[in-house]
Amino acid sequence: MGYILSPEAADRLIASLADDCLVFAPKRFVGGAVFSDLDCIRYGEVKTAGEIVFDQKSDYSFKEILTPVCQALFYFTEDQIKEADAPEKGAVVFLRSCDLHAVKRLDDIYLNNGEEDYYYRRLRDRVKFVVMGCSEAFDSCFCVDMGTNVPEGYNMSMEPAEGGFAIDCRDAELDELLGSLADRECDVEPSHVEETKTRVKIPEGLTQDVMRSKIWDEYDGRCIACGRCNFVCPTCTCYTMQDLFYTENGRVGERRRVQASCMVDGFTDVAGGGSYRKKNGERMRFKTLHKALDYKQRFGYQMCVGCGRCDDVCPEYISFSRILNRLGDMMEEVNTDAE
Amino acid sequence: MLNNEYVPFLSEIKEVIKHTAMEYTFRMAYEGDIRPGQFFEVSIPKYGEAPISVSGIGEGTVDLTIRKVGAVTNEVFEKYAGDKLFMRGPYGNGFDYDDYRGKELVVVAGGTGVSPVRGVVDHFASCPDETQGLTLIAGFKSPHDMLFRDDFPRWEKTSNIILTVDADDENTGMKVGLVTEYIPGLELDAVEDAAAIVVGPPVMMRFAVKALLDRGFREENIWVSQERKMCCGLGKCGHCKVGDTYICLDGPVFNYTKGKFLID
Repeated sequence: MGYILSPEAADRLIASLADDCLVFAPKRFVGGAVFSDLDCIRYGEVKTAGEIVFDQKSDYSFKEILTPVCQALFYFTEDQIKEADAPEKGAVVFLRSCDLHAVKRLDDIYLNNGEEDYYYRRLRDRVKFVVMGCSEAFDSCFCVDMGTNVPEGYNMSMEPAEGGFAIDCRDAELDELLGSLADRECDVEPSHVEETKTRVKIPEGLTQDVMRSKIWDEYDGRCIACGRCNFVCPTCTCYTMQDLFYTENGRVGERRRVQASCMVDGFTDVAGGGSYRKKNGERMRFKTLHKALDYKQRFGYQMCVGCGRCDDVCPEYISFSRILNRLGDMMEEVNTDAE
Repeated sequence: MLNNEYVPFLSEIKEVIKHTAMEYTFRMAYEGDIRPGQFFEVSIPKYGEAPISVSGIGEGTVDLTIRKVGAVTNEVFEKYAGDKLFMRGPYGNGFDYDDYRGKELVVVAGGTGVSPVRGVVDHFASCPDETQGLTLIAGFKSPHDMLFRDDFPRWEKTSNIILTVDADDENTGMKVGLVTEYIPGLELDAVEDAAAIVVGPPVMMRFAVKALLDRGFREENIWVSQERKMCCGLGKCGHCKVGDTYICLDGPVFNYTKGKFLID
């Protein structure tokens, strides 16, 4: 069902959602960027519709809600283990179409690659998604080429319209709430973009042979292996286990998992000193092929959703969309060498 | 109720078998099906978890041969029989005896790489009728670094055991040389049907597989076992991913037709 809400009614909607659950949306953190005097747009809890940033892309994705940066798994006390409590409240997450498509990727890794992940499952079951329509693409977006521009499977959509907000609701519970708040009902379809400034073409015949290209070596010098591209990526899911013990009582502590990056030193280190992919170019190749080849071979569709955040965040101005576009040249290079 | 795979269970150390100053086998209490080549995540609160491969399977026990090389394993070495360790698993596919039954089997293993294949060697050495002959080529750095030294005399009764060291610094009279040197001279009735297992450090595996192929082994008759960093053992943490493969889920044992495409 579609609705038009006044700004005040939208505030009441968010407030009543926030009564029962946590409402997460992109919001402005003034002065919160890594450089001085710049704001950071990232996810945080909101209590009013006015706090939600609709006109800018969030620098970080929603993924921390489902895969927290740092998540306690259980607590140790001598021989006893106590599982970490599940959050008391469910969540409503505002996100764009690309990110909504990223949820499917998170689901496939955490729920369909081997056994279900206990901690992911218990968060995932309690999350509803509100898609924020995109009337136009941002500079670095390439969702259309990745096939993630049209939102699918959302509970509700919401975007600024007619001085208020237009909403498409597909959720019975939310429908009830909206019926009492809306100015009027009408047909609403969330906006989506049909073209982007940044275009990407992943070659059809891409194979593992592309690993042999010399172009990867360029990134040995350019990439500084900071891992920011992984941490902003809505589809990166890797983590590392960590044990933490309390200084006041060394017999009590917790095991947690923290987000990890395949670009950062130590990701492949095994006990005894072995490690794989020591060069930054090799790591760039590993990450790129995961997004554009390996994942597709395993799950049948591309991993990268084309949100372009990795391009926005890279301190060395390395463009991931450009790397994807170079895969064609690289394949040509290795095929020519093979002849 | 969904199973929480991350929560480990406590297991008692039944026995500690010391091979070298750096390598002990911890015989742990465990009831359940296990295959050689599978692994457990062994943990000590505060120090973390480490993936350790199964080096032996007994009645109500599992052997974990541990090399003292990291934060977790250093701490494990402070434990004695009667103490307990946290474990979860077993994970991974392990070796399937059916892949080797009725064939001439050659096992090439180096250093701690002997651990994951020990169960396979032990099984076929005890049941010599199940294969057309078992050869083990095991290499260690020096006589000092030898693992499972009590097993070799027993295996020798039924199988062809070639034991070699990189350097015989104590003049024990052991064979000196790399494991690969013994592959060209292997006497086999039908090399095209013979099976081989290769486990060890990456460089050793690369050259051992090459030597086996040169000797006439077919790619589909060679199996390798891979080692990578693994945090979860459940296909989630991503550390062991190579190409489209998760070593913890799809491996660690791979037929070489698949294993040869594993490029980090």
